[in-house]
Amino acid sequence: MATAVEDKAAGSESFLSDAVVVRFAGDSGDGMQLTGGQFTLSSALAGNDFATFPDFPAEIRAPQGTLFGVSAFQINFGSSSIDTAGDAPDVLVAMNPAALKTNVPTLKPGGLIIADEGEFNDRNLAKAKYDSNPLEDGSLAKWQLLKLNISQLTMEAVKPFGLGNKEALRCKNMWTLGLALWMFDRDRQPLIDWLHAKFAKDPNLAAANAAALNAGHAYGETAELAGPLKQHHVDPAPAVPGLYRTLTGAEGIALGLVAGAQLASLPMFFGGYPITPASAILHHLSRLKEYDVTTFQAEDEIAAICSAIGASYGGSLGVTSSSGPGIALKGEAMGLAIMTELPLVIVNSQRGGPSTGLPTKTEQSDLYQAVYGRNGDAPMPVIAARSPGDAFECAIEACRIAVQYMTPVMLLTDGYIANAAEPWHVPDLTAYEAFPVEFLTEVPEGGFKPYGRDEKLARPWVKPGTPGLLHRIGGIEKEVDTGHLNYAPANHQAMTDIRKAKVDGIAVPDQIVELGAEGGRLAVVGWGSTFGPIHQAVRRKRAEGADVSHIHIRHIWPLPANLGELLGSYDKVIVPEMNTGQLKTVLRDQYLVDAKPVNKVSGQPFTIAEIEAAIEEALA
Amino acid sequence: MNEITTIARTTTLKDWETDQEVRWCPGCGDYAILKAVQRTLPEIGAVPENTVFISGIGCSSRFPYYMESYGFHTIHGRAPAFATGLKLANPALDVWIVTGDGDGLSIGGNHTMHIIRRNLDCQIMLFNNEIYGLTKGQYSPTSRVGTSSPSTPYGSVDRPAQPAAFALGAGARFVGRGFDVSKELPNVLKAAHAHKGTAFIEIFQNCIVYNKDVFHDFAAPKGAEDRQLWLKNGEPMLFAKDTKGIALDSEALTLKVVDVADGDWQAAGVIVHDVTNRSVAHMLVEMRFGEFPMALGVLYDDPRPTFEAEVWTQNAAAREGKTADLQNLLKKGQTWTVTEGGPEL
Repeated sequence: MATAVEDKAAGSESFLSDAVVVRFAGDSGDGMQLTGGQFTLSSALAGNDFATFPDFPAEIRAPQGTLFGVSAFQINFGSSSIDTAGDAPDVLVAMNPAALKTNVPTLKPGGLIIADEGEFNDRNLAKAKYDSNPLEDGSLAKWQLLKLNISQLTMEAVKPFGLGNKEALRCKNMWTLGLALWMFDRDRQPLIDWLHAKFAKDPNLAAANAAALNAGHAYGETAELAGPLKQHHVDPAPAVPGLYRTLTGAEGIALGLVAGAQLASLPMFFGGYPITPASAILHHLSRLKEYDVTTFQAEDEIAAICSAIGASYGGSLGVTSSSGPGIALKGEAMGLAIMTELPLVIVNSQRGGPSTGLPTKTEQSDLYQAVYGRNGDAPMPVIAARSPGDAFECAIEACRIAVQYMTPVMLLTDGYIANAAEPWHVPDLTAYEAFPVEFLTEVPEGGFKPYGRDEKLARPWVKPGTPGLLHRIGGIEKEVDTGHLNYAPANHQAMTDIRKAKVDGIAVPDQIVELGAEGGRLAVVGWGSTFGPIHQAVRRKRAEGADVSHIHIRHIWPLPANLGELLGSYDKVIVPEMNTGQLKTVLRDQYLVDAKPVNKVSGQPFTIAEIEAAIEEALA
Repeated sequence: MNEITTIARTTTLKDWETDQEVRWCPGCGDYAILKAVQRTLPEIGAVPENTVFISGIGCSSRFPYYMESYGFHTIHGRAPAFATGLKLANPALDVWIVTGDGDGLSIGGNHTMHIIRRNLDCQIMLFNNEIYGLTKGQYSPTSRVGTSSPSTPYGSVDRPAQPAAFALGAGARFVGRGFDVSKELPNVLKAAHAHKGTAFIEIFQNCIVYNKDVFHDFAAPKGAEDRQLWLKNGEPMLFAKDTKGIALDSEALTLKVVDVADGDWQAAGVIVHDVTNRSVAHMLVEMRFGEFPMALGVLYDDPRPTFEAEVWTQNAAAREGKTADLQNLLKKGQTWTVTEGGPEL
């Protein structure tokens, strides 16, 4: 357990600033997601703003020590507004050679590596395909290196509790967390309380984990006395007083859907089929039955959406959710919901594609699929969430549009938003305007027309079971007003026009400029989870005096009415997307604007630096 | 549960007819089935506004347009999934699914299996004509080996699915069989409707254009008594004017046809039909026509709790004693309060 820190750090003040990026990386079984989650809580309690990025393998139990079995959790926290999980980490905690190898390339030069040298044995080095031990061979010279035998230190700390070898070693993540808590001057007590609550059934295990946490913390104090490991305090970020919680995108969607159904005064029916990364929404909603939620795990993706349409037909708010491959399977049923004009919310947690693609990695490559991906002229509103908190708002908005316009709505989120957590100022629900649904229950004046329309061009919603309003619906072209089968040319033209006009006419708020001026040299136009890096990059460039603005589109379809004019007021428009240029195509098509694509499809989010470089290039 | 106020009233066959022109081919077996259903519903006291016909795609799936009730003509093979969502939203509705051999056993086979396995309370009428009609005559998953069709000009080579055996294998608690022009069909439909849970009814239906008279061997009126075994609960399995019966071959553990002399079916070992005997039901659905008569009527009927009732019971239990205060829910999880003095738990 020798401590050896490269000279670089000695005597220096801290290499860390008021915004710090820490990346915890280890084997899938090392509990890195848990460590990261608890460190996130301590950041919240320290009053820092933060953003997190869990990055884990697709394999459930990848073989131990392998490169593809590495699980990582990155957090960016600071004393001012944080919008992304950070570009390059300042601190990398590597629990084994594989974790070091896969994560060290992104570490900032001069950044700190904390490595568990107890795991750097020949076997693990071979699994990570290292020819020699990087902790010893000088290959990490451009970083500061702190090598500790965390395994052994943990074993010693938990010795009094008589745990088995394997169980004792599982406390390693708490030892590491303890060290991190010391490093950033955090209060240990909330986490010790959490441990006692988590292991309430096994007080001995709780005490062992707490002891590991305390030992890690104590190690930090001692090491500082002895050498260069520095404690670093990050001041709280200014925040509006009120109640806060951490929120992941999946939680934001689930809670927003429940809120949306309540605002519509409807029971919610959720039909889902397990798929990464969308399953978390099904899991959350399955526990919320008291909110008039019924969940149904269907036999496949198609049955999931069809059951949701069936429930909407019966008077519930039907919701289904999936990821790219599952959304592809649901396409035909979306067409039926468009044809029968029934409300439906379809949540697409996008992941890397095509086909199975990268199930646990993030991408924004389903925009074409959302806007255009159905047979026939099948217009459907599309909304995209930018962050976990925004996912809550977008889910409510999707419910509102679905019931007010009698239409399916697609809500786009992605793997990054679904899993990332951010602090969320808990909203006051009374501030939201309700949109209660009124079912048609009696024959209106002038007779009952199943495909008659209100001022929004929405048809009436009639629940089976209603006397006097018997009618039939289906996927065959409907006659205007009556809804009878009708193949006549003029009728199909009329119905196609009506379906288009209805969606085109959806009331969408005007597009605002998030940062910068309306009009100028350059607009950076984004959508979805690229909000963070774009916002930070534009902020930095503006601080340097650049004439650049950030526009972020929530309503992908229909687009805000003022967007064309707004884009026209800039000399140049660039569109960063985690795809090969899909929103870019839509903008060019709709506005004949010379939007230039900035693309990344590596399964990883944009870094701020990448967007900054794109801005520099556009302004050059 | 959603309350449905049912106004007690009687209906007639005419009340169940829509003003839409029926567009099946002249002579199609679907006409007879439509009439049988329209004749049955008044007799079982069905209420039009509480009745929903849900179909997939195919000739049979046009059915809802001709029923004066609620109706949903959905997409190919998926009617069971729509029915499941609808019944979970409102279990009080009386749901009939109309499907065919292609819709229910080919593209929708998966959903047919799962709705039966879950035991959603509904009636599934599978019109089996052993051919794809609406797409102009291709062979179907129930077509016999050697069926010549536009897509199998040299005859089909794959073995057909057996709808009743499939349903029972999927866990069906009710399996019935009839054919389009049979006078007994309304009785099978009534029994299916009386069964709480998924009631699966295979209805042999004559496609006059693409597979004419394919069931003639047993459905033709002439000699029908020799070729049809109408099963009645509690009664011996007799046919051919009670001169033949079905008995168990206890050596081979199969069914066999036995001659009955002087009406003494007991002596011949003829089985008394017990609709709750699942083992015998498995043998009945496997009984090959030719060697045996066609087994018709209610082959199996032994109800179990329905899916939607179990879901509603579980939902109610989960809601027991809990208040649905969403504002409180938003405050759950890892929370902290930011005050002027900084954050605190």
